[in-house]
Amino acid sequence: MLKLVKMCKSFGAVCVADEISFEVSKGQALGVIGPNGAGKSTLFNLITGNLPPDRGYIGFEEQDITRLPPMKRVRMGIGRSFQIPQPFHRMTVFENLMVAAAFGRGLSEAEVIDDCVSILEQTEMVPRANVLAGQLSLLERKRLELARALATEPKLLLLDEIAGGLTEGECQKLIATIRGIHRTGVTIVWIEHVLHALTSVVDRLLVLDFGRVIGIGDPMSIMASKEVKEIYLGIDV
Amino acid sequence: MGVGHIKVGTASSRFAAWIASGFILVAIFLPFVAGRSLLQDLFFIFSMLVLTQWWNLLAGYGGLVSVGQQAFVGIGAYAMFGSVILGNVDPVVSILIAGFAAFVLSVPTAFLAFRLHGAYFAIGTWVIAEVMRLGVAQWKAVGGGTGTSLPRSATRDMWFVDGISVLFDVKTSAARDILAYWLSLFLMVTTIAVIYWFLRTRRGLALFAVRDNSQAAQSVGINDFISKLIVYFMAAFGTGLAGGLIYLQKARISPDSAFSVLDWTAYVIFIVVIGGIGTLEGPIVGVLVFFLLQSLLSDFGSWYLMTLGVIGIAVMLFAPKGLWGLFTERTGMELFPTRRQLVIPEKET
Ligand SMILES: Nc1ncnc2c1ncn2[C@@H]1O[C@H](COP(=O)(O)OP(=O)(O)O)[C@@H](O)[C@H]1O
Ligand SMILES: [Mg+2]
Repeated sequence: MLKLVKMCKSFGAVCVADEISFEVSKGQALGVIGPNGAGKSTLFNLITGNLPPDRGYIGFEEQDITRLPPMKRVRMGIGRSFQIPQPFHRMTVFENLMVAAAFGRGLSEAEVIDDCVSILEQTEMVPRANVLAGQLSLLERKRLELARALATEPKLLLLDEIAGGLTEGECQKLIATIRGIHRTGVTIVWIEHVLHALTSVVDRLLVLDFGRVIGIGDPMSIMASKEVKEIYLGIDV
Repeated sequence: MGVGHIKVGTASSRFAAWIASGFILVAIFLPFVAGRSLLQDLFFIFSMLVLTQWWNLLAGYGGLVSVGQQAFVGIGAYAMFGSVILGNVDPVVSILIAGFAAFVLSVPTAFLAFRLHGAYFAIGTWVIAEVMRLGVAQWKAVGGGTGTSLPRSATRDMWFVDGISVLFDVKTSAARDILAYWLSLFLMVTTIAVIYWFLRTRRGLALFAVRDNSQAAQSVGINDFISKLIVYFMAAFGTGLAGGLIYLQKARISPDSAFSVLDWTAYVIFIVVIGGIGTLEGPIVGVLVFFLLQSLLSDFGSWYLMTLGVIGIAVMLFAPKGLWGLFTERTGMELFPTRRQLVIPEKET
């Protein structure tokens, strides 16, 4: 479903994506881990088209999307949440979802109301529907990020650190929600530092360090590998 | 059956709709009782309101801070003069030509200006307007650099003028003022209605999203470029119509006046800023304040401009959302609400 081949991106002299290649097949859930500054969010920006790559190829559902602008990719079914929430702050929560659903799917406002209401229910935002997004707490903003990404009806959902800062109880709820989304057949790529949250959903883990993929595979063996322990967990082996 | 529906209107907006309908009705019949100078004042207020609403849509909603709207006033005005003088078109019809001319001009200028951002966009629009002014000054058929007047015959035989002068038993010059007044009323009301309608369509919702966060807007499938382009074209067309109408009433044109940055952009920005940018109500409040200031102070020459400047700066510092912003913050009232409120009926238990 998603295929990256030798993607490269540098900011000045700093290389934040160094020949990144991997594939995610339909219905899978891939977790992405790596230290801060490893280039995880940049990787998402390359997949969504928010950043142009220096080199490399991205395919989505057998189509070359390397040069497509972000809005076309959304229409094809790539939805994302931002690590630092980027709500439409002078619009209400409901309007945030409605505009995403209408433009992400190419429908009229009237056609998306019911779906937006179900997403509000799913993400427990119904009581906040008519509140301005700018007035939400950080946690609510993170939930809005997820809800707005869902409103575009993605086939591939990119989640960037949406569990950070949650209490254990909230985290369990979030895991249940994401599992539910995954069960409906949505392919997921999820960046997260909260490892137990990640491993309870994903089938595979990808480890990124200094813009390079240093491991990809099933979570158990990845967590056990010497390289990952050294670089990511900072444990001397 | 749906699980919820959208509500946009509020109690104050329904009240406002009644007041507005009443106002329009009174305004239509006003020429039967009002004198010529009142009609001229109202013409000025209505036509400035048209210009300010379009600039507000551009800058306040679209984030496109143009200081070159005089390009569209000027090209509209000259298209009107050109089609009357060279094409023998009726002046009333030529107002439409003015709008189309401005729209046509906005296509290449968009191509240039949209390569620039922020302050560079502003400067770019101004430069384009200056180039237009210099270009039009070379157009000898409409008076070149010194300008010209609308031919007597054209204004005398203008549509409706005969009828109005019979109906009101006035000279044709007074009849022309009445006609211009009605046209300005019509243009003002349709301008506000069209902009309000636009903001309530899905394109309007997209415009709000782009204004709040253009990166996030792209990430939910909105083409921010198209969004802004639509607004730019609409504003050009509407500004061109206003330009045509204003110079139909003036009946005399010169490049310096038709492309005046002071009259058609600086005053317009002043009005929007003191009234409240990014609201439909702001320009209405602003234009009334501006008219008052002008009536009180315009005899004082440069003192007048300085006072405007000081007031403008004071409002920007102490009430950045303008007078309407101050009012709406205290009362929560909106005359033209655009917020889509979700209403979910209570579930049966
Ligand atoms: N737009 C940008 N311009 C310059 N440097 C950037 C930009 N975005 C990210 N970076 C840099 O790229 C590196 C990787 O950032 P990021 O992808 O956000 O890391 P992560 O999400 O893994 O923490 C960081 O050093 C960051 O400072
Ligand atoms: Mg990050």
